[in-house]
Amino acid sequence: MLAFTLRRAVQAIGVMFAVGIIAFSMFRFAGDPVNQIVSIDTSAAEREIVRKSLGLDDPVPVQFVRYFADAAQFKFGVSYQFRQPVSTLLMERMPATLELAICATVFAMVFGILMGVYSALRRDTVLAKLFQAVSLVGISLPTFLIGILLIYLFAVTLGWLPSFGRGEVVKLGWWSTGLLTLSGLKALIMPSITLGLFQMTLIMRLVRAEMLEVLRTDYIRFARARGLTTRAIHFGHALKNTLIPVITVAGLQFGSVIAFSIITETVFQWPGMGLLFVQAVQNVDIPIMAAYLLMVSLIFVTINLVVDILYTVVDPRLRATVGRAS
Amino acid sequence: MSDAVASNPDKQSAPPAQAGRSWLSRALDSDVFYSFRRSKLTMVAAAITVLFFLLAIFASALAVQNPFDPAQLQLMNSRISPLWTADGQSPFLLGTDEQGRDVFSAILYGMRISLMVGVAGVIFAGALGIALGLIAGYFGGAVDGVIMRIADVQLTFPAILIALLVDGIAKSIFGNRLDATSMLVVLVISIGLSFWVGYARTVRGSVMVEKNKDYVAAAQLIGLPAPKIMLRHVLPNTMGPILVIATINLALAIITEATLSFLGVGLPDTMPSLGTLIRIGNNYLFAGEWWIVAFPGLALAGLILSINLLGDWLRDALNPKLR
Repeated sequence: MLAFTLRRAVQAIGVMFAVGIIAFSMFRFAGDPVNQIVSIDTSAAEREIVRKSLGLDDPVPVQFVRYFADAAQFKFGVSYQFRQPVSTLLMERMPATLELAICATVFAMVFGILMGVYSALRRDTVLAKLFQAVSLVGISLPTFLIGILLIYLFAVTLGWLPSFGRGEVVKLGWWSTGLLTLSGLKALIMPSITLGLFQMTLIMRLVRAEMLEVLRTDYIRFARARGLTTRAIHFGHALKNTLIPVITVAGLQFGSVIAFSIITETVFQWPGMGLLFVQAVQNVDIPIMAAYLLMVSLIFVTINLVVDILYTVVDPRLRATVGRAS
Repeated sequence: MSDAVASNPDKQSAPPAQAGRSWLSRALDSDVFYSFRRSKLTMVAAAITVLFFLLAIFASALAVQNPFDPAQLQLMNSRISPLWTADGQSPFLLGTDEQGRDVFSAILYGMRISLMVGVAGVIFAGALGIALGLIAGYFGGAVDGVIMRIADVQLTFPAILIALLVDGIAKSIFGNRLDATSMLVVLVISIGLSFWVGYARTVRGSVMVEKNKDYVAAAQLIGLPAPKIMLRHVLPNTMGPILVIATINLALAIITEATLSFLGVGLPDTMPSLGTLIRIGNNYLFAGEWWIVAFPGLALAGLILSINLLGDWLRDALNPKLR
C-alpha cells in the first residue's frame, strides 16, 4: 500500500517535472523575453543590462532551477499584456473559475444521477428515450454552440438571465464570490449548465449502464427473494453500488471541467482563468500560458493521484493485485 | 480484436466458393452491410454525411458567390434576412452577413475548410498513433514503456487543452504573423498531436495479441524485415477498431477545430471555417440578426451528429459480441 502510494507520487512528480520543462522552454525559448519588456528603440547595451538583470545570460540549467524555484513560490513572472505579476492575475481570477466549475459539477451530478436512475428503471418510457436523445445531442454539440443557444433563448429573446459576466460579487478576504448576491447567482445559471452538460450526459449514461448491470446480479435477485421493497432494492442496494464509479468519474472529470471552462468563459465573458488563458494565447502572452499550464497540470496530477490512492483504499481487490505486482 | 476483422469479408481471404464473386457483391452480402440496411437512423446519418461532403467538395459550383472574393461582395446587400422572411431577397437563401456575404455560400466554403482540417487532422493523428502503436507493441520493452507513459500522461489532459497549447506555442515561435494557410497546418498538427493516443493504445493492444500468432512467426522465419511484417501482416488485422476510432475522431477533430476558431486562435476571418463563421455571427446575435450564427451552427451540429451516429453504428457493427 505504502509502496504503491509512493510509486504513484513519484510518477506524479515526474509528470510535473516534464510539464515544468515544457513550461520553461515556452517561457525561455518561444520568443525573446527581453524584446517583450523593452521598447523598440532600446539600445543593444541597455538590452544586455535587462538580459543580465533577468538572469537570462546564466546557463540554461541554472535558469531552469530558478524558474522552478520561483514557480514553487507562485512567482511566474510578469504578464506581457497586463504588465502585472502573473500570480496576481491568476489569483484574482481563480475564484471565478472554481465557483463555476463546482456549480457545473454539482449540476452534472444531481441531474445526471436523477436522469440515469430514471432511464434505467423505466427503460421503455417516452421520457427515458427523450433523455437518451438529449444525451446524444449533449455529447455531439460543441460547448460553445450550447452556450450561444442558451444566450439567444434566455438572454436575447426572453431577457431572463444576464448574457455575460459574473454579476455583483462580494469580497471575502482575497476570494470574490458571486454566490451571495442575486445577480451573481443569476449569472451563474447559464454558464454552469453549459459547462456541466457534457459531464451530465456522461454521468447519466454511466449511471444507467451501471444500474442495468447491477440490477441483473444475483444479490439483487436475492434481495427480491428476501422480500425487500422495490424502493429499498433500487436505492439501497443498486444505486449505492453504482455510485463508486460515478464519484470516480466525476472526480476525474473535475480537471476536464476546469480545462473546458476555457470555452464557457469565453462564450459568457466570465472573468476567470480560462478567459485569461485564451487572451494569452491570442496575444502570445507566454508567462500566463506557462503559468496556466503549470497550475492546471498541478490540479490534474493531484486529482489523479488522490483518485488512484482512494481507489486502493476503497476497493480491496485492487489492493491485493497491487500487492502481488510489487 | 481479430474476430472483428475476420467477420469483415473484405479483409479476409475469400473461401473457394466466393472466389469468383466481385468485391462489390461480397461487400453487399456482408454482415456489416446487413446491419447498415437494418438501421434507418444510420442510413439517414450516412446520407447526411455524404451530402455534407458533396456540398463541401462542390462548394464553388453550388454557391451563388465566392464569399471571399471582395469584388463579388456588395455592401448594399448586407444584413439581408433569410429568403422566407419578409425582408428576404433572392438569391440569398439564408440571408447575408454584415459585409454582404451570402450565408449559404459562406457555409459551403466554411464546411469545406472544416472538413479539410478534420480529415487531415485525423490522418495525421492516425499515422502518428498507428506508427507509435506498432513500434510499441512489436518491440515492447523500454520503447514500449516510454511511448505508453507519454500516452498515459497525455490522456490525463483533455485534447482541447493540448490543441490550445500547441497552437499557442506555434504562434509564439512564428510570431503573430502566421497567414491563413500556415494556420491551417498549425491546426492540423495541433489536432494530430492531441488525438494520437487512442490509435496508439488500440494498435499496441492488437499487435501484442497478433505478434504471438503463428503467421507472424512464419513471416519472421522466412526472414521478412520487421517494418514489412508490421505494415503488411500485423497492421491489416488491427484495421477494424482503427476505423471506428477514426470515425469518432473525425467528429472530435471537427469540434476541436471549430472550438479553436471560435476562441479566435484558429482560422482567421479571411479563411473562415464553420467555427470562425459562428464566432463572427455571434457578434450580431444581440442585434437580432440570428441567421448569421444560426445556420453555420446548425450545419456544424448536423455534421457532427451524423458522423457520431455513423461512428456509434460502426462500433456496434464491427463488434462480434453484440451480434
